[in-house]
Amino acid sequence: MKCSNCGEREGVVSLTQIEEGEVRTGSLCAQCAKAKGIETGLELADTPLGGFLAALGENLDPDATLTGALTGRCDSCGATLQDFRETGRVGCSECYRTFAVPLRELLRRLHGSTHHTGMRYEGAGPEAGAAPVPASPAKARELRDELRRAIESEQFERAAELRDLLREQE
Amino acid sequence: MIDLSLLPDGGMSWLEASGPGSHLVVSTRIRLARNLRHHHFTTRTEPEEREAILAEIEQAAAGTRSLGRAVRFRLDHLEVLDRQLLLERHLVSRELAALESGVRVRPGGGLLVQDQASVMVNEEDHLRLQGLRSGCALDAAWDLISALDQELGERLAYAFHPEFGYLTSCPTNVGTGLRASVLVHLPGLVLTKEINKILQGLTQVGLTFRGLYGEGSEVVGNLFQLSNQTTLGKSEAELLDQLGKLVRRVMEHEERARQILLRDATAILEDKVWRAYGLLRYARTLSFEETMNLLSGVRLGVGLKLIPNVGMYTLNQLLVFTQPAHLAVARGRVLAEDELPLERAALVRRVLEEEIGRLGRSAGSAGSAEH
Repeated sequence: MKCSNCGEREGVVSLTQIEEGEVRTGSLCAQCAKAKGIETGLELADTPLGGFLAALGENLDPDATLTGALTGRCDSCGATLQDFRETGRVGCSECYRTFAVPLRELLRRLHGSTHHTGMRYEGAGPEAGAAPVPASPAKARELRDELRRAIESEQFERAAELRDLLREQE
Repeated sequence: MIDLSLLPDGGMSWLEASGPGSHLVVSTRIRLARNLRHHHFTTRTEPEEREAILAEIEQAAAGTRSLGRAVRFRLDHLEVLDRQLLLERHLVSRELAALESGVRVRPGGGLLVQDQASVMVNEEDHLRLQGLRSGCALDAAWDLISALDQELGERLAYAFHPEFGYLTSCPTNVGTGLRASVLVHLPGLVLTKEINKILQGLTQVGLTFRGLYGEGSEVVGNLFQLSNQTTLGKSEAELLDQLGKLVRRVMEHEERARQILLRDATAILEDKVWRAYGLLRYARTLSFEETMNLLSGVRLGVGLKLIPNVGMYTLNQLLVFTQPAHLAVARGRVLAEDELPLERAALVRRVLEEEIGRLGRSAGSAGSAEH
């Protein structure tokens, strides 16, 4: 698909916009995406850290489903990003982990934020133990930012420590 | 036909004009979108799974104070007229009512109603919790719905993500899953042509407006639903606080616009509201849109105390009872398209006549006595 902005170069990053219930899709080339301040992730993929990121699954999300991230299909409900683009609806709660990266970008556009700061759900009766009760969302965010910096400066040991800390948090 | 009188208050107490600011605000609604962790979201569920979801939710609700005595409806077991009736009462969404021709009613679509709280099941999300209150009452509506949410959340396993919050089928609702809306009547701002400026200001601060029937519905009768647009990144309290502050400011602007109209265009304003009353009182056919516009005029007249002895409650009830399914229920049979304007006008005449009887002093004669 050609870039929706310049119409010349090949698009490398897909865009999904939801406006008044209507889903529009398009794509941007690396130059236009950069000009618009959109992270394509290509810069990271070009570095030796790409593998590390993939091992973490879905860009720094320690819980992301690795196969989902690679195949573009949710392990739980079978939904693909294409399904989401067509319907504007997410297939199941696992999709939010599988497609965390494109969703995060979309949420930033829709809400101006990617982080829930409201009530924390502490889970139901017999499952309460399994329910996530993170200590502090701000703390997790801090760790994630630090992890990103560690990866960028190739401090692998520190990055692994931070990854483990993040897992504990979430 | 279903009998909505089965509901303890007929499901109508949000119209009773008893809440704060009732001369400007019809009602306040808060809804929370919730999903069950172990089931796929609605667009990816088969009928059997939806049955299981409905059963799970009904069982959980049975043990709660908020919905333990709830009246239950299965949308897929109801005739079109009954589904329309529930839509006109604001108890189900257009999606769940599935009234458009060729649209199949979703198997497993359910509704539980108790007092001013209700839950739609298998709508876009597994649960859509709704609390409705009369007037401008965000705090009261929140108390109602957060109690319901807590009770259900203890019995069901909600889908929740530490970063994204409550997970929803559409990413526009993720995070708090909260949409609060206040239905305000703004004829003063429309007449003084200030409304566009106000609405533009709204969208700049992450709020939005809709018509009487929510997303995609048109604004009729100068009734605007002001609501939050975003659901993620702010807490429930922040979202409600921001909306509340803004609604109060819009109400102040509306009051000011009304005072300006009253001061600078008294005769025109009086003529407008009494003409509206006269048409409603004596017309033989009324379209729904015309009725909404005329009711807006009378509501303005009542709010400014130009028209005495017509109750806001009666005007609020007419917003609902002049709609097609309610007219059919009142008549006791399905009505043809061309019968509706006649039935509507007859109903409005009867209600305003009864209002004169009920309130003793005639609104019409009180008006003429003043002139």
